[in-house]
Amino acid sequence: MVRLKNAFMKCYLALILLFLYAPIFVLVVLSFNDSRSRVTWGGFTLRWYGELFSNRQILEALRTTLLLGLGSAAAATVIGTLGAVGIQAMRRRGYQIVMSLTNIPILNADIVTGIALMLWFVRLMPLGFGSVLAAHITFNIPYVILSVMPKLKSLNLSIYEAARDLGAGSVYAFFHIVLPQIGSGILAGFFMALTMSMDDFVITYFTKGAGVNTLSTMIYGEIRKGIKPEMYALSTLLFAVIFVILLVFNALSGRGKNTDDVIERSR
Amino acid sequence: METNEKDILELRNITKSFDGKKVLDDLSLSIGRNEFITLLGPSGCGKSTTLRIIGGFVRPDAGSVFFEGKDITNLASEKRNVNTVFQKYSLFPHMNVEENIAFGLKLKKKSKAYIQDKIKYALKLVNLEGYEKRNTTALSGGQQQRIAIARAIVNEPEILLLDEPLGALDLKLRHDMQQELIRIKKEVGITFIYVTHDQEEALTMSDKIVVMNKGIIQQMGTSKSIYDEPQNAFVADFIGESNIIGGIMLQDRVVEILGVKIPCVDEGFAEREAVDVVIRPEDLEIKPEGEGFFTGQVTSVLFKGAYYEIKVYAEGYEWVSQSVSAPEVGARVGLYVAPDNIQIMHKPKSEDAEMIKE
Repeated sequence: MVRLKNAFMKCYLALILLFLYAPIFVLVVLSFNDSRSRVTWGGFTLRWYGELFSNRQILEALRTTLLLGLGSAAAATVIGTLGAVGIQAMRRRGYQIVMSLTNIPILNADIVTGIALMLWFVRLMPLGFGSVLAAHITFNIPYVILSVMPKLKSLNLSIYEAARDLGAGSVYAFFHIVLPQIGSGILAGFFMALTMSMDDFVITYFTKGAGVNTLSTMIYGEIRKGIKPEMYALSTLLFAVIFVILLVFNALSGRGKNTDDVIERSR
Repeated sequence: METNEKDILELRNITKSFDGKKVLDDLSLSIGRNEFITLLGPSGCGKSTTLRIIGGFVRPDAGSVFFEGKDITNLASEKRNVNTVFQKYSLFPHMNVEENIAFGLKLKKKSKAYIQDKIKYALKLVNLEGYEKRNTTALSGGQQQRIAIARAIVNEPEILLLDEPLGALDLKLRHDMQQELIRIKKEVGITFIYVTHDQEEALTMSDKIVVMNKGIIQQMGTSKSIYDEPQNAFVADFIGESNIIGGIMLQDRVVEILGVKIPCVDEGFAEREAVDVVIRPEDLEIKPEGEGFFTGQVTSVLFKGAYYEIKVYAEGYEWVSQSVSAPEVGARVGLYVAPDNIQIMHKPKSEDAEMIKE
């Protein structure tokens, strides 16, 4: 009976994983398919990848995506970390209000955020790389705050006071004592922001203006003209990069937890 | 008001409120050079806030802090010649023992050789020689607290502040560390300001104890004077166990308790003044029935290791006595106290009492 139940649980899990990953797997396989057909296997090739990297338009979009991802993640990490430090120092009521406000952009539908940001930006600047960057920084900040906050909460604040007591100024104490303790949370926030930025289509689509393309808006534009196998290759690469970043992110948050446990045990 | 030459630190009329709640109320206190002074009181009495004001982590709402005659009220904590040992050790977890101890010295730009010497000396002082490269998170609570002391001492502060440093340790280790602290204090010869809610700890270590409650100093003095001559019922109750009973001072050296006239040694009270009478349990002697001032029935006998704790119900009051021999529960006994073991106190100056008077 138990064995039957176990077998059923395993099948169920396999089915879920199949539904999640089979489409991606098909996409990956097709990106190596030496045939323009979507149903016949024409042998293994790297042709599409070759064409991909000789396509100036695609390379330009890749560059934009990376610049946007790294730039917005870096800016959001600085702003979000400082914000988290400030929020942590608030009294309980202000803390609760600000944390709820912080969560709204995450839960809000992307299309609403996208249109709202577009309406806002058209008044301030011409839509282009600058406006997309600003939009990405905006939606990335809450993710950074959410990953830094737990680290700050578990931080023993008296180590900051101890540093001040031993002669450190507030800036020195922050960088040499507080930062190393919350560093893994900040890094995790950075990678989270990076994936969110690379993942995003809707908000980018509304705020980018003409002439600027990220990989996702580029793929969308190309697919409307008819699906080319290069797009499979591009999507496969995008998936692979985000997958790797997620692995790094998980490794980082996992490591943070372990050090906390050591500290906890030694008390 | 002139500052005394011998005093190293003076708090003058300090008031502090948090969220509209007054934590310190017009507190003034002078601390002598090389003293081991303990701020003692229940949680919320303002003792930790007082320490944090001296350390520079909290600014008072009113009043001033003087260090060697100079006003340091608004000086940042890193600029004060004072170091703190925190309750939760507060070692820097990403640094090893050596780096922790060197932190303050590196900031002061001391030479490498000087820093190495100091680390060696400090580890020897706290009995942790050879621990330089250890990871702080792998140390026991007692060891971490020793490192925290070493880290503070190497900066050669004029005053060391200790905020319930032994609170997280178990009883045996706490007793050992008390002796260690007394020894360290003697070796480095600086002023220690110690905060605790543990009256036994305060009595063991301090030159001077400041008993606080509700942001007000209740009594200040040596361990012996605070224990033997508490000035009000709060102090008597907080320092050790006591029998505290209302009485009336009939004349010099005679007090009436529960209708019985009892000889004592206190003088100078007003005639028929209502007073609090304190009798320590070890001073309340169990006598055969008919002897002593009161007669009552033994309600419980508890073995406490070195003595028995005996409760006797007499004249509507449950008396506590400590004795090396135990009577039977239910036995009728007499209670006696020698005249010089009775402590007579004025009624406490609490806010309510004053309000009624006014």
